[in-house]
Amino acid sequence: MSRYRYAINVTPKAGILDPQGRAVEGSLGHLGITGVSEVRVGRRVELTIDAVDAATALATADRLAAELLSNPLIEAYAVEPLAGASSTISAAAGAD
Amino acid sequence: MTLAEAGAVVEPLHRRLGVTDDELEAIKDRLGGRDPNDLELAMFSVMWSEHCSYKSSKPLLRTLPTAGEGVVAGPGENAGVISIGGGLAVAFKIESHNHPSAVEPYQGAATGVGGILRDIFTMGARPIAVLDALRFGDPADARTRHLVDGVVRGVGGYGNCVGVPTVGGELVFDPSYQGNPLVNVMAIGLMEERRLTLAAAPGPGNLVVLFGSATGRDGIGGASVLASATFTHDDPSKRPSVQVGDPFAEKLLIEASLELIERGLVEGLQDLGAGGITCATSETADRAGTGILVDLDAIPRREPGLEPFEVMISESQERMCAAVTPEKWDTVREVCERWGLPVAIIGRITDDGDIAIVTGGLDAAGGPAAGAVEIARIPAAALTSDAIVHDRVAEAPTHSRAAPAPGLTDAATDRLPERGMDPGAVLAALLGSANLSSRRSVFTQYDSTVGTDTVAGPGHGAAVLRVKGTTQGLVATTDGNQSVGALDPWLGAALSVAEATRNVSITGARPLGVTNCLNYGDPTRPAAF
Amino acid sequence: MPVRVGVVVFPGSNCDRDTVHALSIAGADPVVLWHEQASLEGVAAVVLPGGFAYGDYVRAGVIARFSPVMRAVSAFAADGGLVLGICNGFQVLAEAGLVPGALLRNRSLRFAGRQVAIAALRDDTPFTRGVSVGTPLRMPVAHGEGCYFADDATLDQLERDGQVLFRYVDEAGRPAGPAEPGNPNGSLRAIAGVLNKAGNVAGLMPHPERAAEAILGSDDGMGIVRSLVESAAAAANTPAGLVGSAGAR
Repeated sequence: MSRYRYAINVTPKAGILDPQGRAVEGSLGHLGITGVSEVRVGRRVELTIDAVDAATALATADRLAAELLSNPLIEAYAVEPLAGASSTISAAAGAD
Repeated sequence: MTLAEAGAVVEPLHRRLGVTDDELEAIKDRLGGRDPNDLELAMFSVMWSEHCSYKSSKPLLRTLPTAGEGVVAGPGENAGVISIGGGLAVAFKIESHNHPSAVEPYQGAATGVGGILRDIFTMGARPIAVLDALRFGDPADARTRHLVDGVVRGVGGYGNCVGVPTVGGELVFDPSYQGNPLVNVMAIGLMEERRLTLAAAPGPGNLVVLFGSATGRDGIGGASVLASATFTHDDPSKRPSVQVGDPFAEKLLIEASLELIERGLVEGLQDLGAGGITCATSETADRAGTGILVDLDAIPRREPGLEPFEVMISESQERMCAAVTPEKWDTVREVCERWGLPVAIIGRITDDGDIAIVTGGLDAAGGPAAGAVEIARIPAAALTSDAIVHDRVAEAPTHSRAAPAPGLTDAATDRLPERGMDPGAVLAALLGSANLSSRRSVFTQYDSTVGTDTVAGPGHGAAVLRVKGTTQGLVATTDGNQSVGALDPWLGAALSVAEATRNVSITGARPLGVTNCLNYGDPTRPAAF
Repeated sequence: MPVRVGVVVFPGSNCDRDTVHALSIAGADPVVLWHEQASLEGVAAVVLPGGFAYGDYVRAGVIARFSPVMRAVSAFAADGGLVLGICNGFQVLAEAGLVPGALLRNRSLRFAGRQVAIAALRDDTPFTRGVSVGTPLRMPVAHGEGCYFADDATLDQLERDGQVLFRYVDEAGRPAGPAEPGNPNGSLRAIAGVLNKAGNVAGLMPHPERAAEAILGSDDGMGIVRSLVESAAAAANTPAGLVGSAGAR
């Protein structure tokens, strides 16, 4: 078994109204910032998955992203493996 | 599309848009015998949908009593308005958002609240209260709990942010709603009678102004069959059928709209809901007996690449359409910009009674610019007041029976508790049952005190609000009786009205008016109709 | 001549009309201050009302703190001017660093719309001079992000220095625990409102302006509103123009 760390980035789907992004764009003037547009606000979930291999871990992350962490009607997600995060851990019994 | 699919017979476009063959004939009739083009067909399909046209229910609804003392605005306007004396009037209405809530409970409920609020403030009334009447299936079912959770958070999320208190409502569980939850939202507004603003577009030569959020692809769903070749492979990310609400934008919209009305800056105001710009323009023109020339390019869009039909039927939320005289345009624009709302002149009122759409812009005189192309022309009435009306067949379902008339003894086969059951156990079971237990966990998710007018909020039979500056109060309730209604629709409806009247009267209030939200199945099924 | 008290309105504020109403009943002359304006129009005190400024997007209060009016409010506060933040107003003050701590999402993750009781810990501040220490004051809360948070060292310092202004209490006036029924949002040490070090800026999550008239169920909130109005009047009449710190013991 190994440990894999992922980040799941959830963002509003293209075409969906993003009120938060709009509000951020609207407030740029107050900060005196120009040249910023197309702001989309989402959320990022970081987690660690114990699995036999990377493919299995990725499948778990994908499932979590699709079924729990994002709303497929209005959100899109991307699973991002986090660098240097995988490590081997001992099995529950008969450790190697 | 595979070769096999291409070889199959393709359903005619009108059927894929939900327009029946006889409806297509009726459409051609209203267009002087010619075929509608694709854009026009899309507009008809939306305007002649049950939701927009009431084509199956109009003949029946017309039989309801609508006149009475103090009625300032009755059916046909965005909301009913009744005078309460002292120059003040109350606007109120209840509306459903069932299917969207079944698909995406949070946004479905949120946009349901947004829509009904717009119907209130578009008349010139400041919304002062919301009540939500909710019906779901078996609460032991995980999906039901998911729906309840999403809907309640959606009602709260929108109403709380907009600053309108949710002061009452109902939450009822019944197996008959398992696949079809009901989310009905009532809104009440207060206004000075003299500020009553109707949803008409009078005065040929006047400007048609759109303000509020930009137009995107929200709610297009069924008409997506019209999308051009790039999208036929149905990339789900390209077509959000769900409408997403922005209560913050709605709050700005309320303030801007009420300011425009207060300052006498608009000749007419209509909110955009089902049917989007098509509906708003055709309804306002039809009411005023005018037409509207729509400048498609001028409509502010959320993203590039929207096709004409998408712009015209989009159900993007938080938008309003006003009729404005040219000399007031600069002030109207200043008001909208101050509230941070996109605003644009999207057309001109004409005297030809048609909704005409051009691409290529309008000239200074308000006609199509040189080189502009007219892409649709439909008489406004054909889309609205002259929409098709169906005489549906009603047939009582064979499995039902009439409810026993009051006073008669029940038949022995009625399922009543046996004698000998432990009354304490029965009472405990009743108190713990889903329909009698406390709703505190629901209504504490609502802000019921914003506005400082709430005298009696959720948890009472009726909500009581005070009217600042007067010694008057307003009382409101929602009631429904689905169990009797399923067996005997007439009696169920009568009992609902009676219960609502009782809930209002026991507070000491005199009932002023009733608004109804009737939720039924497919009207083409005789048993449902 | 009624004292002028400013009520800041951000896009999305929704308790400004209620706050104006309560201030009027309390005898003040409320002045609406639009978020885009840099002038406070010579008011003697400022209230940041409840609502969802800028939709509460990204983080409640974070966008609001960059508005022109907030620059003016910060300067006013630095000069000793009286500032009260209610609910969203409290969140804005915290984001702007004008009061200590932060407001997080309610522990229950649900919006809390109900009656609570709070008690003042001091009666010698501009916001509580008309209120009795320890007496339960009933008023509504209505928020999704009202959980008061600061690290332990800060919390200890706030308590030492008399900067904890209000606590959630039960009906007998005892401090509430970490959860319902007394504590509606999980606020640490049941803190419902705080004071800045100088004692001229305060924030609280419950809504005193919604409990300013008996017909609404409670007028316990009027004590706070009236304290502010009277303190503002005293400040306006001080020859130096603005009252100094009232925070030191």
